[in-house]
Amino acid sequence: MNENRTPAKFLGYGRPDGSVGIRNHVAIIPTVCCANEVAKKIADQVEGAVALPHECGCEATPQLEIPTRTLIGIGRNPNVAAVLLVSLGCETMDAEHIAKGVAGSKKTVELIVIQEVGGTIKAVEKGVRIAQAMVQDSSEMKREAYDLSNLIVATECGGSDLTSGIAANPAVGAAADMIVRAGGTVLLSETPEFIGAEHLLAKRAIDEKVARRIYEIVRWWEQRARDEGIRFHMLSRGNIEGGLTTIEEKSLGAIHKGGSSPIQGVVEYAEKLAGRGLCIMDTTGDDINSNTGMLAGGAQIIVFTTGRGSPVGTPIAPVIKVTGNPTTYEMMRDNMDINAGTILEGKETIEEVGARIFKEILEVASGKRTKSETLGHREFAIFRIRGHAY
Amino acid sequence: MRCEDLSKVVVIDPRDNVATAITKLNAGSIVTVRIGQSEKKVEVRQPIPFGHKLAIKRIEKGEHVIKYGEVIGRTTQAIEEGEHVHIHNVESMRGRGDIT
Repeated sequence: MNENRTPAKFLGYGRPDGSVGIRNHVAIIPTVCCANEVAKKIADQVEGAVALPHECGCEATPQLEIPTRTLIGIGRNPNVAAVLLVSLGCETMDAEHIAKGVAGSKKTVELIVIQEVGGTIKAVEKGVRIAQAMVQDSSEMKREAYDLSNLIVATECGGSDLTSGIAANPAVGAAADMIVRAGGTVLLSETPEFIGAEHLLAKRAIDEKVARRIYEIVRWWEQRARDEGIRFHMLSRGNIEGGLTTIEEKSLGAIHKGGSSPIQGVVEYAEKLAGRGLCIMDTTGDDINSNTGMLAGGAQIIVFTTGRGSPVGTPIAPVIKVTGNPTTYEMMRDNMDINAGTILEGKETIEEVGARIFKEILEVASGKRTKSETLGHREFAIFRIRGHAY
Repeated sequence: MRCEDLSKVVVIDPRDNVATAITKLNAGSIVTVRIGQSEKKVEVRQPIPFGHKLAIKRIEKGEHVIKYGEVIGRTTQAIEEGEHVHIHNVESMRGRGDIT
C-alpha cells in the first residue's frame, strides 16, 4: 500500500455538534475565582473529572466579555464530554449565560450555585454526584476514525532561545504545512511575537482585509508596549541569555511555527474558528493565556516549541513539547516529547523532524499521552487586558 | 589559531550580516561560514556562547543588523567582523516607549 495515498486519520470522539474530541474530559468549571476550591474538591473526588480554576469572574461588565467568551469556548471544546459549572452566586459573571452557551453544543451541562445549595460541603457533595454520573456516561463513548478536516492544531512557543527560530519552529512549521495539506486547521498566535515580521505574514494573507487585520493587531500590541513604557526590549531574561537580541529577531523566528500556508483569517482571543487552513488568533505572548484562548477557539491539541524548556500543559488538551536545543532535550527529557535538536547536530533535516512531529500529532490525537499529561500539568489562565507579560 | 568545523555557525539568509553559533566559540578560533553558495573564513574575536550571534562583516554604527534576510535591529556602535552581536551593541527598533 502506498502510504502517501492513504488519507491521514485519527481516532477521536464524535460530539453531538459534529465536532471531534481527542480527549474525553468532564470539566468542572468555576464561573468565578471564589468557586475555585469547591470545583477543585469536586474534581479531587471524581476520577476522570478535571477542575479549571482561574482568576476571573467578578470583573466590571466591559472586562467580562473575554472571560465569558473563554469559559463558553472551553466548555464547548470537543475534548470536553460534559461540563459542571460551579458558581458562587453573587459574581458579576452570568453563570446561566455560560451554561446556555455551552449547552448550545448539545453536550450535558449542569450548574450548581454555592450560595443556593448551602455552602462548601453541600456544594461539593452535590457536585461530586453530578460529576460521577457525567464520567460514567462519557466513559461509554468510543473512539472512531476521522480525517484531519476535524482537527485544529494550535501552535505556541515559550522559553524561546536561538534554537527555536532555526530548528524547532521551522520543524513545527513543516508539520503545520502537512496538517493544512491534509485538510486540517492550524492556529498561529502570540501577536506581540509578530512585531517586526508582520509584513511577511501579511504577504501570505488570502486577501487585503486579512492583511490589514494582521497589521492592525500588531499595531495594537506595539502601541500597548509603548504606552506601558517598555524600554530597550520586549524580551524575557531567558530569551536574552539564550541569544535573542530584539523582539524583531524573536518574531522572525516565532512565525515559522505556523508554516508557510496562506493565512485564511484572523480571529479574536477565544473566538470560535470558522474555516480551515492556517489562521491567526490574536493572543498575548504569555503562553498559558494564549493556550487557553486557542482551546476556547476549538483547538484540540497544542504543539509547543521551547528552547529553554517549558513544562506547561493544559487541563483539557495534550501539549506536545518540541525543543530544538539538544542540551535542553537532555536536561528536561521528562518534559520533552520531540527532540528537534538533531537539526543543529546535522543528524536530521527540518523536513524529517517535521514528519516526525506530524506523526506524533496523529498518535497523540488518537490517545497517546504527552509528557505534560502524564505529569499532570494543567496550567490554565484567562487573558485579562491588564497585567500580562508579552 | 586553529581551524574550526564548518557546522559551528549558521547563516540563515545570504543577505545576513550575522551568523548564529550552534556551539560555544572561543576567541581566536577561525570558523568557516557558508553564505549561500560561497564560503568565508571569519576569525572569532570574542567568546561567543551557544546560540549567540557574531558579525560576519563589519557593521557600521546605526546600520541594520540582518538575520533571516530581515532587519532585526540596529547597531549602537560599530561592530567588527568576528565580534559578539547582542544587546550591548544592538537595539530594537520596535515596541519601545522611549523612541518613536
